[in-house]
Amino acid sequence: MSTVAQPLVERRGAQRVRTWVPALAVFGIGLAAWQWLLPALGIERYLLPPLSDVLQAFWDNRSELLRGGWITFKEAAGGFVLGCSVAFVLALVLARWRPLGSALMPYMIAANAVPIVAFAPITNAWFGTLSPWSKIVIAALLCFFPVLVNTLRGLTSVRPESLELMRSYAAPQRVVYRRVRIPNSLPFVFSALKIASVLAMIGAVVGDYFGGSTEALGVQIVSAVSLAQYETAWAAILVASLLGIAFYAVVALAERLVLSWHPSIRAGVE
Amino acid sequence: MSANDAVVSARGISKTFGKAGVTALQDIELDVGQGEFISLIGPSGCGKSTLLRVIGDLVEPSSGDILVNGKTARRARLDRDYGMVFQAAVLYDWRTVAKNIALPLELMGFDRSMRAARVRELMHLVELEGFDKHYPWQLSGGMQQRVAIARALSFSPALLLMDEPFGALDEMTRERMNLELLRIWSEIGSTVIFVTHSISEAVFLSTRVVVMSARPGRITSIVPIDLPHPRTFETREDPRFFELVTEVREALHASGADAVEPDA
Repeated sequence: MSTVAQPLVERRGAQRVRTWVPALAVFGIGLAAWQWLLPALGIERYLLPPLSDVLQAFWDNRSELLRGGWITFKEAAGGFVLGCSVAFVLALVLARWRPLGSALMPYMIAANAVPIVAFAPITNAWFGTLSPWSKIVIAALLCFFPVLVNTLRGLTSVRPESLELMRSYAAPQRVVYRRVRIPNSLPFVFSALKIASVLAMIGAVVGDYFGGSTEALGVQIVSAVSLAQYETAWAAILVASLLGIAFYAVVALAERLVLSWHPSIRAGVE
Repeated sequence: MSANDAVVSARGISKTFGKAGVTALQDIELDVGQGEFISLIGPSGCGKSTLLRVIGDLVEPSSGDILVNGKTARRARLDRDYGMVFQAAVLYDWRTVAKNIALPLELMGFDRSMRAARVRELMHLVELEGFDKHYPWQLSGGMQQRVAIARALSFSPALLLMDEPFGALDEMTRERMNLELLRIWSEIGSTVIFVTHSISEAVFLSTRVVVMSARPGRITSIVPIDLPHPRTFETREDPRFFELVTEVREALHASGADAVEPDA
């Protein structure tokens, strides 16, 4: 077995590198174009400063930017945990008591279409502009709906024979949820959590735009732009982007660990 | 046979679905004795799967009485008196083969070592040794169905209810699974009620074939199968086998079952 498997693994490793080559090339070309092509085309500094200036601004302001990034990330993570856990629990309740679900779902779907960031000034009024809670609540609201809708779908899209089987074992509802419905929902839940991780970061940064602790990343972006320090603003955006990507990657990694049984993960396709 | 020692005893079972009143079953009278292998055969919509579900208390009859192991069907279900196998294997994707087989034992509170021992026995019985750590999607359809059978047998129920378990398999696999099922049946000595729409499968497996007709679903005749046991590949070439296949086919036609699917 192992003598056959070994070259196969190596080939797969080499193949993986090859599949990454085009993406890395595009990345390099993009950075090079940012650095040299934009100034050559006469793009003004306030529109998009060259990469080296942005990196310099990052280095000069690294302690403020990283501290601000940490503050905003905590807001995003807090909102993510709050919004996703409330949504998951509510999905369990709505799946268990279907009439309640049918009564509430139309409003949930309507609420999902509401531009939630529009509430940012209001949450500032509720919790205080300087309080992290005004941002946490925006991030939580953004996370809430995708997780609710997807979890509910996962909990209820169980094939009828699965439920008949549990009935033939005289299994109570609690067991049906624990053994069938919740495991069945997990692929749906993780798709939603990945979306939510991105939305949480958006919610926290946009929340910052409407005011917050002067150290927060979003506040730094707004004030840097107002002072015409575009390099610093871009450096802050870069930090926000990297944090967002890292957040997503952590959730995706958790998905791989939890759903190790799932065919899509075992076969290495997404 | 008397109704006392019957594993299943159905008296005047009828089932009507919905307000429109579609009659799925009408006046079903059936006694199944200990150790029998009964096939229910008939065209689509004859209620054979519904009858199986009534026996398993997965569907409530509109009228009539049903006893399973001398108790109400509900009591028998709560006592876990039967194992069920569906057309789809209905394995849980997030559980390995071994854990799928052990699921009923987990629910019934058997401890880990007893479960492990029982799973080993069953993996041997259904000839899946070495696949215990595989996930369902890594198995072929026939292997998945064997896992489902092992799971149904895990808690040694006296009664096995099978709803077209081999309907989705190719002909070669199906014939091999038929032989394996007969071997298992003779080893464990439980009673089997088996829904199929393949005439040859019904004749090959059964001690009696129950022929049903559609709209409304009724039992039109019961054909005893006197082929000797153990049955082998040669059984299918026995002239008596063809006579019985013909007898069942004529019974199906006599019941107006022209809509019956072509025998695979």
